[in-house]
Amino acid sequence: MPINLNVTFTQLENFGHSLQAPSYRIPIKQTEDIYEAFQLAKKLGLKVTARGTGISYNDASLNGGGIALDMRGMNRIEEWDPATGVVRCESGVTLEQLWQRVEPDGWWPPVVSGTMKTTLGGCLAVNIHGKNNFQVGAIGEHVIEFTAMLPTGALVTCSPRKNADLFYAMISGLGMLGVFTSVTLQMKRIFSGLVAVDAWRVPNLSRHLSDLREHAPTHDYIVGWLDAFASGNSLGRGQIHAARQLNEGEDPNPKKTEDLSNQHLPDRFFGIVPKSMLHFLMKPMMNNIGMRFVNIGRYLLALRAHTFRQSHDEFHFLLDYAPGWERSFGRGGLIQYQSFLPKETAEDAWTEMLKLSQKNGLPSYLGVTKRHRPDKFLLTHAVDGLSLALDFKVTDSNRLKLGEMLQEFDRIVLDAGGRFYFAKNSETTAESTRRFLGDEAVAKFRKLKKRCDPNGLLESDLYRRIFS
Amino acid sequence: MMGLHAHYNLVQTDMLQWIQHCLENIVSEQFTPIGSTQGKSGPATPLNPRRRGLIIGASTGLGAELARKLAREGYALALLARSKEKLDALCQEINSQGGSARSYEHNVTDYDEVPNLLLKIVADLGGLDAVIYVASINQPPGGIDKYNFENDRQMIEVNLIGAMAWLTPVAEMFQSAKAGQIVGISSVAGDRGRVGNPGYNTSKAGLTTYLEALRNRLTRRGVNVLTVKPGFMKTEMLKAAPGPTPFAVEPSVAADHILKAMKKRKQVIYTAPIWRWIMLAIQHTPSFIFRKLSF
Repeated sequence: MPINLNVTFTQLENFGHSLQAPSYRIPIKQTEDIYEAFQLAKKLGLKVTARGTGISYNDASLNGGGIALDMRGMNRIEEWDPATGVVRCESGVTLEQLWQRVEPDGWWPPVVSGTMKTTLGGCLAVNIHGKNNFQVGAIGEHVIEFTAMLPTGALVTCSPRKNADLFYAMISGLGMLGVFTSVTLQMKRIFSGLVAVDAWRVPNLSRHLSDLREHAPTHDYIVGWLDAFASGNSLGRGQIHAARQLNEGEDPNPKKTEDLSNQHLPDRFFGIVPKSMLHFLMKPMMNNIGMRFVNIGRYLLALRAHTFRQSHDEFHFLLDYAPGWERSFGRGGLIQYQSFLPKETAEDAWTEMLKLSQKNGLPSYLGVTKRHRPDKFLLTHAVDGLSLALDFKVTDSNRLKLGEMLQEFDRIVLDAGGRFYFAKNSETTAESTRRFLGDEAVAKFRKLKKRCDPNGLLESDLYRRIFS
Repeated sequence: MMGLHAHYNLVQTDMLQWIQHCLENIVSEQFTPIGSTQGKSGPATPLNPRRRGLIIGASTGLGAELARKLAREGYALALLARSKEKLDALCQEINSQGGSARSYEHNVTDYDEVPNLLLKIVADLGGLDAVIYVASINQPPGGIDKYNFENDRQMIEVNLIGAMAWLTPVAEMFQSAKAGQIVGISSVAGDRGRVGNPGYNTSKAGLTTYLEALRNRLTRRGVNVLTVKPGFMKTEMLKAAPGPTPFAVEPSVAADHILKAMKKRKQVIYTAPIWRWIMLAIQHTPSFIFRKLSF
């Protein structure tokens, strides 16, 4: 059996450049390559993880000292039916490729992340959610079926009816049961390339969360920005963007707005600053004082409530506005802490967390809130409640203190019945993981792991961290 | 195993040479998982980062001191030496103080063992950031008119070829990753061929030149290569030195120098630092004088 793979040793990183994991990178171009890579790994006694574009905030696609399958080469859209909105893609297809293919025909991916650079394999592995999670659930709920290769070399096809246990475990399963090869998804009909956005400010956390809850049912998408510097009566203030897709007839010329030429992120900020330069300009402001002013300025701009129309990509892919923005966080990089809390306990828990971060002099530079609903995937992060994502800058001097604070955050979240998302948090321990997933789910996952991967071939740094 | 070599069609030029070597030298086809092991201090995270270091020749003297200090700096360590007992004791000491070290029994003249052992170590540590080659022997011929080829050969095998056997795959790996740090413990003895110990001088001169060549290759790839030239050090090896041993330093002092140089990503250091000036003088001593000296 000839091994026909290129193996290079590469320093892989997470999105925030806060972790380095040297690994053997093997480019995958077709399903057979995965099988060969498994054989190679077995011969060498190495662990394997699949990696897409590598933009998880944490160690989800890292496998230090082991093999990383570079899935970006398996990026063919195999079948697209504009009549039914069903698309079949290889797992290395990115959301960017997908929406650009389907939008001109009047469709849009049912669930997208804040960046369009993610691959479908990665999206399924962590079961991504969007700003419409409360309406349509996570991406897994829109998967008609998928095919994956198990470490045994077997190809399995799963759908909610066929191999249902694997379907609900592999989606959200962190790529630890098998490697996705092909995904069939149902797209969502749109009648315009634009969405109608309502934006208004919220003066405090209580109002912030109640507005998210109350306005969600009347909108398709809802997302909040939270000023983590504001304290006292203004604690948790921010701005809410709620958007609704246009109904049939609202857009007089949908063909025009759905055309790709109408869908592009701005090249320059304020018409002057090229967006590729932005992170250089942001860097000097990336400290507690600078970001306090940025957050205040942001709030002042939000004072006036307004309604406007925006293209889909402008509304959804905020993280792609300034490529390389994460570089502005400096050498230590950036981490994100996202907590999912039941709607009843969210306000108290986040009040405590925000106060704690301010007391420690470690305020988050960016806070983002969303509304969620539960789902039935095995390692789910979803709750009937809300989420708050907090970005933190990592420096040599704040590591210890920030680490202790985040462990305290974990305690607050777990006590409040909250959950965590495996594409984001980088410090969650095995003990915390077991606590929020529950013994039953962990046992069920381990049992499936044993069945699909009897030799324990698939492992990532994330897996070792949370299931050790 | 020849069978495997024929089995695999290793025509790929893009595959790392040492990985090819590993594949060709797999003893058993039985799958034995390695890796996935974590030190006592838990998994590395952005807020609990851990560099990973490999020390070859770590059981005593300078190697052991470097291990203690790097462990305190937060390195997860793989320690190699011939003596399993000494290594295990050292690992136990480091791990009991909250560090993370694991031992691997290895004789540096078992050159063929190196690629597979390196593969295993990188998997066990979850990567590799720094490699320190300390292993060294000093067997003088026993007088300025004595000759001992067997001693000379052994010194070349341990001090030079052993280093090349390790640093070749390491260099290839770091070059590919565009990151990493290589530290070679050479000696002031490599700066000049002297009457007392031709074999040792040659082994260290060879090592110094090899490290310089690696540096010239790798600096442009983001890899730091540090050559350490200790003078006399109060270790077992000092006993072999004939004659006086001025400016001898404790291994712990030398280890501090080396650690500092590693942090500053220096290229060549002498320890104790005064040896830089002594060796400058010795290197520039004209041959007609040097020939008449008896050290």
